[in-house]
Amino acid sequence: MTIEAAHDRALVPAAPAGAVIHPLWVRLTHWINALAVLVMIGSGWQIYNASPLFPFAFPPAITLGGWLAGALLWHFAAMWLLVVNGLVYLLLGLASGRFRRKLVPIRPGEVIADAKAALTGRLAHDDLSVYNAVQKLLYLGVILCGVVIVLSGLAIWKPVQLQELTAILGGYDAARYVHFFAMAAITGFLAVHVVMALLVPKSLRAMITGR
Amino acid sequence: MSRMRRKLPGVDPKLLIKDAARLMPDPTRRLFLRGGASLGALAFLTGCDIIDGPSAEHALMKISYFNDRVQALLFNPNRLAPTYPDSAITRPFPFNAYYSEDEAPEVDKEDYALAVGGLVDAKRSWTLDELYALPQETQVTRHICVEGWSAIGKWSGVRLSEFLRRVGADTRAKYVWFRCAEGYSTSIDMATALHPQTQMTFRFDGEILPRKYGFPMKVRIPTKLGFKNPKHVMELAVINNWNPGYWEEQGYNWFSGN
Repeated sequence: MTIEAAHDRALVPAAPAGAVIHPLWVRLTHWINALAVLVMIGSGWQIYNASPLFPFAFPPAITLGGWLAGALLWHFAAMWLLVVNGLVYLLLGLASGRFRRKLVPIRPGEVIADAKAALTGRLAHDDLSVYNAVQKLLYLGVILCGVVIVLSGLAIWKPVQLQELTAILGGYDAARYVHFFAMAAITGFLAVHVVMALLVPKSLRAMITGR
Repeated sequence: MSRMRRKLPGVDPKLLIKDAARLMPDPTRRLFLRGGASLGALAFLTGCDIIDGPSAEHALMKISYFNDRVQALLFNPNRLAPTYPDSAITRPFPFNAYYSEDEAPEVDKEDYALAVGGLVDAKRSWTLDELYALPQETQVTRHICVEGWSAIGKWSGVRLSEFLRRVGADTRAKYVWFRCAEGYSTSIDMATALHPQTQMTFRFDGEILPRKYGFPMKVRIPTKLGFKNPKHVMELAVINNWNPGYWEEQGYNWFSGN
């Protein structure tokens, strides 16, 4: 562990060898979420293509559903998986104290220091049970994006029955942009997340076996 | 409200025709899903019944029918769609169909007779003058297309609930079904048919409904997506049997409530 990255965990004892880093519920909800998110994004890109918000479309080959109706079927099926699984994750994360232990506090100074260390390749990942400040920020951020994408999705799906929600998001058309940008943020997170998992393979192992 | 009037993405008329063409599934293709439908994902999504061995399409349709029931529960018969001032009306209001504008059905005013059938006391047809003589209301509401874009329009006509009352419809029936001049059809749940904003529409923006918007009659339903708002309606029937409609049979969700 480098000096730069060590400061925020000097007082945290390293997890004993063989200790469970990710309990079963975290691993299960993680992989169910991964599947749901891939289906939602793939079908969402196909739905986007039916009426693009920007002057570009997603290459059909990387979308799901084949055409608009097929994509909508996937989207409105996987939404149940995403929301039910997401609620289980949020409830257990709050009730177990995992969020409080792992994701907060996030101190701006530490984020900057850890980001610098990460970008210069000097951020160590010796103890997977403790998140660095950049990880905390990204994990908490993507959870918030998940909440926003579900709320904006509801606002687009039910702009009459849930019209107050739609109004809070700036109206139907604005809610489509919110939904899009939340997707973009989650997709950006995914790209970084997958690269990091491949760069630190033991983190991928921990999310499968728990250790 | 001016925020609502920003440029509508993807509603250039030429684009719309292209969109409509792209929306059409390949008629030679039996399945409406193409590619990407992995069985692993399917098993996760459905708890896949091994005995039936359902295709992805079959499983997804089951979930879509489940979503119909969820949406029927979410539907509040007293909840009105937001209404807007005239200044919010989208001009020009986009033309959208699965045919181009010059292919829109031409219905002759003199020959027109709305057929009314199914579970009604008075199974007779209605001339346009008779329909125009019914009490008329105007609404400025948001039309939302299944493709995602929306536009605000001004529609005038008679409440469908009022018409159903006059023809002695059995409002305990499940559905109201519509048939259009060019063969299009759709059906809606009775609760939506009786909603105060569900309208048999004869005028758009103060003018007799032009051909491109569905002359002589469309059914305006601001609590449903655009494709559930049929144009050039020639027949309506109060029914109990499942007869979903043109797009619905190709995979679009039947309830499609807003």
